[in-house]
Amino acid sequence: MSEKFVLQAKGLVKRFGRVVALDHADFELRAGEILAVIGDNGAGKSTLIKSLSGAMAPDEGEILLEGEKVHFSSPMAARNAGIETVYQNLALSPALSIADNMFMGREIRRPGLLGKAFRMLDKKAMDGVARRKLSELGLMTIQNIRQPVETLSGGQRQGVAVARAAAFGSRVVILDEPTAALGVKESRKVLDLILGLRAKGLPVVLISHNMPHVFEIADRIHIHRLGRRIALINPKDHSMSDAVAIMTGAMAPPQSQAA
Amino acid sequence: MSSTDNPTGNFESAAANGSAEVAQFDEPSRSFVKSVQYALHVHPALIPLIILVLSVAGFGLVLGQRFFSPFALTLILQQVAIVGIVAAAQTLVILTKGIDLSVGAIMVLSSVIMGQFTFRYGFPPEIAILCGFAVGGLCGLISGVLVAVVKLPPFIVTLGMWQIVLASNFLYSRNETIRAQDIEANAPILQFFGESIRFGGAVLTYGVIAMVLLVAVLSYLLNNTAWGRHVYAVGDDAEAAELAGVRVKRTLISVYVVGGLICALAGWVLIGRIGSVSPTAGQFTNIESITAVVIGGISLFGGRGSVMGALFGALIVGVFGLGLRLMGTDPQWTYLLIGVLIIGAVALDQWIRRVSA
Repeated sequence: MSEKFVLQAKGLVKRFGRVVALDHADFELRAGEILAVIGDNGAGKSTLIKSLSGAMAPDEGEILLEGEKVHFSSPMAARNAGIETVYQNLALSPALSIADNMFMGREIRRPGLLGKAFRMLDKKAMDGVARRKLSELGLMTIQNIRQPVETLSGGQRQGVAVARAAAFGSRVVILDEPTAALGVKESRKVLDLILGLRAKGLPVVLISHNMPHVFEIADRIHIHRLGRRIALINPKDHSMSDAVAIMTGAMAPPQSQAA
Repeated sequence: MSSTDNPTGNFESAAANGSAEVAQFDEPSRSFVKSVQYALHVHPALIPLIILVLSVAGFGLVLGQRFFSPFALTLILQQVAIVGIVAAAQTLVILTKGIDLSVGAIMVLSSVIMGQFTFRYGFPPEIAILCGFAVGGLCGLISGVLVAVVKLPPFIVTLGMWQIVLASNFLYSRNETIRAQDIEANAPILQFFGESIRFGGAVLTYGVIAMVLLVAVLSYLLNNTAWGRHVYAVGDDAEAAELAGVRVKRTLISVYVVGGLICALAGWVLIGRIGSVSPTAGQFTNIESITAVVIGGISLFGGRGSVMGALFGALIVGVFGLGLRLMGTDPQWTYLLIGVLIIGAVALDQWIRRVSA
């Protein structure tokens, strides 16, 4: 019981009018693992993720980050605590450059008076860090760091968003449907990126509908149904069809939770 | 083809490039259009600049000395100074995917406050000017809060503010004009922006210089500060900006407040331009500022364009206005041409937006 989790939620409740999106949901993420979160449409996955990433405040329940109770009033608060989220729509500004996007909301200022009084940006430093982060993830097929994001392919955009999360996420990276809009090749690349994050020791929460992807890279699978976690399974012990059956209610969830 | 622009004698790479292109007959022309599209995408002020240069050259060829003189060219600058300043404010708002229909009204109210506070209450004119700026900023603050916090559409908010501010202006001023002679005798600082530097035939009013400085400062702020980048991000995709950690509400409110302050500056410049303080001045500044912004290549859908473009847009309108007048054509031709430019500019914007993928 006293196992230490990087990120944990207990009894989260979120209501929208008469709809209960989260019904005493629990969530646990261990250090260094890839935890997949799956669930049918409307099961409350997005609400759960928004609660964890600070985009939404739950009505009840508590969230613990490395054992300590936290309250995120905004995405920025969660981010400052080291939780980075890559949203499904990526939260990129298409007309701005890759470097601008990577530092959106936490720009590097010039040192001294220029930065403090005139809030002048240190574009060189920003470009440099952006370039380094992208090459670390093997994404330097992108030649020009000042290129507007909308000139990139879907996979490259995803890459920029993941690179941004990896660059700033010190404790947890949450990815919402990172492969949903991508082709086979680009999905492959993004899955490799996720494995790369785990190799760096960052725990990853992966929300996905794509069972082959989930079963390929996840260490554990959190199955969400009707606003709560009904099972936590190990992909090695269960088949994809089991997972789908549990998710849709066709099969009773296993009694013992995955170790 | 690359051997001609390869004077370094690197024949191998030139040959390598050349052989690859033989098989792709269609590629160069298509990629040329694409690269033009890309260049316009990165530098949206390019098209208005080209149109401006071409129109100046064109009128210069047709009209010769009458148009192409320091006097006539600086006259255009004087005529567009006020619209140029207001267009800078309009640019900020339109970059956030908004629109400000109250800019002209705020400008006039601010100028009336500056005048009436001096002459009705006997304030020192410097203080009255500060009050004018405060009122301009306050009008912007009201619009900003209604847009950012109450989440009303900018078009509706500023349509309402336009009527409110304009009516306040007439009610408060009791529709009276303060005469230029009185201002000159008692509060010359109100006409500060009407003063000018002359060299040769060129006449640069302080109002023109203020416009140029303002555009330079705003350009700098938009491109080199976090605030500037946030203005673009909010206009591009407010939700994405919020998720990325931009304080969207604060950014929006700041844009409307800065816009209001710039309109107040325009009000002060307006006194310099017409000499008097008149509550009926600047009736068309609203539409003229939007025209300048649109011709200047700033996207009405937010997040794209530059203040420099708005200045070029204002200048294009000024060049056509003066050029056609000197040619002795019916002034309606000016409006007709401006209409064509507006539609052309928006069509071009739609095309540039399709650069993705």
